[in-house]
Amino acid sequence: MEAFLHQVLSGLATGGIYAIVALALVMIYQATHLVNFAQGEMAMFSTYLAWTMIDAGVPYWPAFAATVALSFVLGIAIERIVIRPVEKAPVLAVVIVFIGLLVILNSVAGWIYTYTIKSFPSPFPTHRILGGYVSAHELGVMAVTMGVLVLLFVFFRFTPLGLAMRAAAQNPVSSRLVGIRVGWMLALGWGLAAAVGAVAGMMVAPIVFLDPNMMAGILLYGFAAALLGGIDNPAGAVFGGFVVGVLENLAGAYLVGTELKLTVALVLIVGVLVMRPSGLFGRVLVTRV
Amino acid sequence: MDMTDRTWRRIGLAALLALACLLPFLVSSYRTFQLTSALSYAIALLGLNILTGYNGQISLGHGAFYAIGAYVAAILMDRFGVPYWATLPAAGAVCLVIGFLFGLPALRLEGLYLALATFALALATPQILKYKLLEDWTGGVQGIVILKPDPPFGLPLDQDQWLYFFTLVVAIVMFWLGRNLLAGRIGRALVAIRDHPIAAETMGVDTAFYKATTFGVSALYTGVAGALGAIVIQFVAPDSFTLFLSITLLVGIVVGGLASISGALWGALFIQFVPNVADHISKAAPWAIYGLFLIAFMYLMPTGIAGFLRTLAARLTRRPSRR
Repeated sequence: MEAFLHQVLSGLATGGIYAIVALALVMIYQATHLVNFAQGEMAMFSTYLAWTMIDAGVPYWPAFAATVALSFVLGIAIERIVIRPVEKAPVLAVVIVFIGLLVILNSVAGWIYTYTIKSFPSPFPTHRILGGYVSAHELGVMAVTMGVLVLLFVFFRFTPLGLAMRAAAQNPVSSRLVGIRVGWMLALGWGLAAAVGAVAGMMVAPIVFLDPNMMAGILLYGFAAALLGGIDNPAGAVFGGFVVGVLENLAGAYLVGTELKLTVALVLIVGVLVMRPSGLFGRVLVTRV
Repeated sequence: MDMTDRTWRRIGLAALLALACLLPFLVSSYRTFQLTSALSYAIALLGLNILTGYNGQISLGHGAFYAIGAYVAAILMDRFGVPYWATLPAAGAVCLVIGFLFGLPALRLEGLYLALATFALALATPQILKYKLLEDWTGGVQGIVILKPDPPFGLPLDQDQWLYFFTLVVAIVMFWLGRNLLAGRIGRALVAIRDHPIAAETMGVDTAFYKATTFGVSALYTGVAGALGAIVIQFVAPDSFTLFLSITLLVGIVVGGLASISGALWGALFIQFVPNVADHISKAAPWAIYGLFLIAFMYLMPTGIAGFLRTLAARLTRRPSRR
């Protein structure tokens, strides 16, 4: 029983990271109805930026803040330069551009920082707390997830800019008519997603270590989380993240072992897509022909 | 006009074939090996192009089928002593079935979601190949080493040359079959499903059957290519079949030309030789170039090399007097 509880708690901690990634995916999906395959590599690249600063002697939290800000700017730049030209293109073209972006970010990171694994510091103490069930880092990750969630909720619910972004995503034509610059709202959405992704990257790097391919599995679980919760529902995606994190840990401990973690994600993704494509809390899409 | 077009194309094909037959005697055996490998890629690219280019189903996971084909060939040769040529139909058949089965749930997934599911498949493939319950068959992380076949009937060729001609014949057969498949009623149905699924259905095209079968056929092509690839490289291991193999195949069809048969050949030459050149700059350079080409082709040349050549040829033949 104790081992079970431990598995659930540490699943919740990794689930927090999946939830953040899922949130970033949902943010871009809501604005553009696209799934960003490069989200993981964007987060990985941001984490390398943070590593560079910390390595140069910047204390953790200033480096954290600077990385989030820098990622925000980079996210906007990517939307403006790379994504905007294919805004109206067919899905295939957009997916190919996303994959191109993934490959470029991955190889540039490998080029600059090499493919050797680096350790990444955690801002939280390493010892275990709460009777040994969770490590302080795991608890810290959960707290950061909650913080990000609350911030985003407040931003989208109570600020004029958040309202404008939601309007631009839901009804671009009317939004343009009332004077919202829809194109820039999309870019802001990309910036926010990149910033949120950067947080996920910095939270997960102490666990999985830093290398250019570190986000592949995490992105996959982020996909699974977003799909499970409903890809157009931010709260659902967060819930999905925690569920998927716990499921992953339990399946790893009792069912298939840790070597098949990605396969569990594959089964989850295909299962959700086939049985309930709109996820647990997503809207059912009805297409008019 | 139509007549001359056709004759020109025949002359071109004959010249290409003659060149293909001469090449192994002109270049080193390492280059021959590379050309063989490019030919096997071309078959895989044709398979992916049938699915993604013609039928519009996005697959980011075709490396998985390439892996299955390679492993079927390696296991049959290594564990059961099956001759190399007999592994190709087996690899094709296994991939046809698995592709069809994967295609069934994929029917419900449109565009983006299919891309997601196949992306997950590509990421999970190396793990599944390493799984310890399959280790007796797959050799786990170590993989399987297989032997290079000798030329039969005492032909005066070395092993690399023989394998080249063997692959060339398989490729010609596969391309000929693919062309016949795509040029007729079935090909038009596939394109109709891609461009307007509802209209296609109204015209009496059995969309579900076509889509699942296309997935199967596409996997068959890729599986045969995988088997050839394994025989050529004489080695299979889980880490050769990562997400990046699937992306390589995607790069191949985008650069070669989506929905084009000759595009598969151009794409194969690209993914075989460009990384070799770029490797001299940095280990990461081939991938940086792949990424740039993916995006640049989507912006500037969405029909790929094949489309570019087609436009060029059309422009040259249309205005011969003004030159």
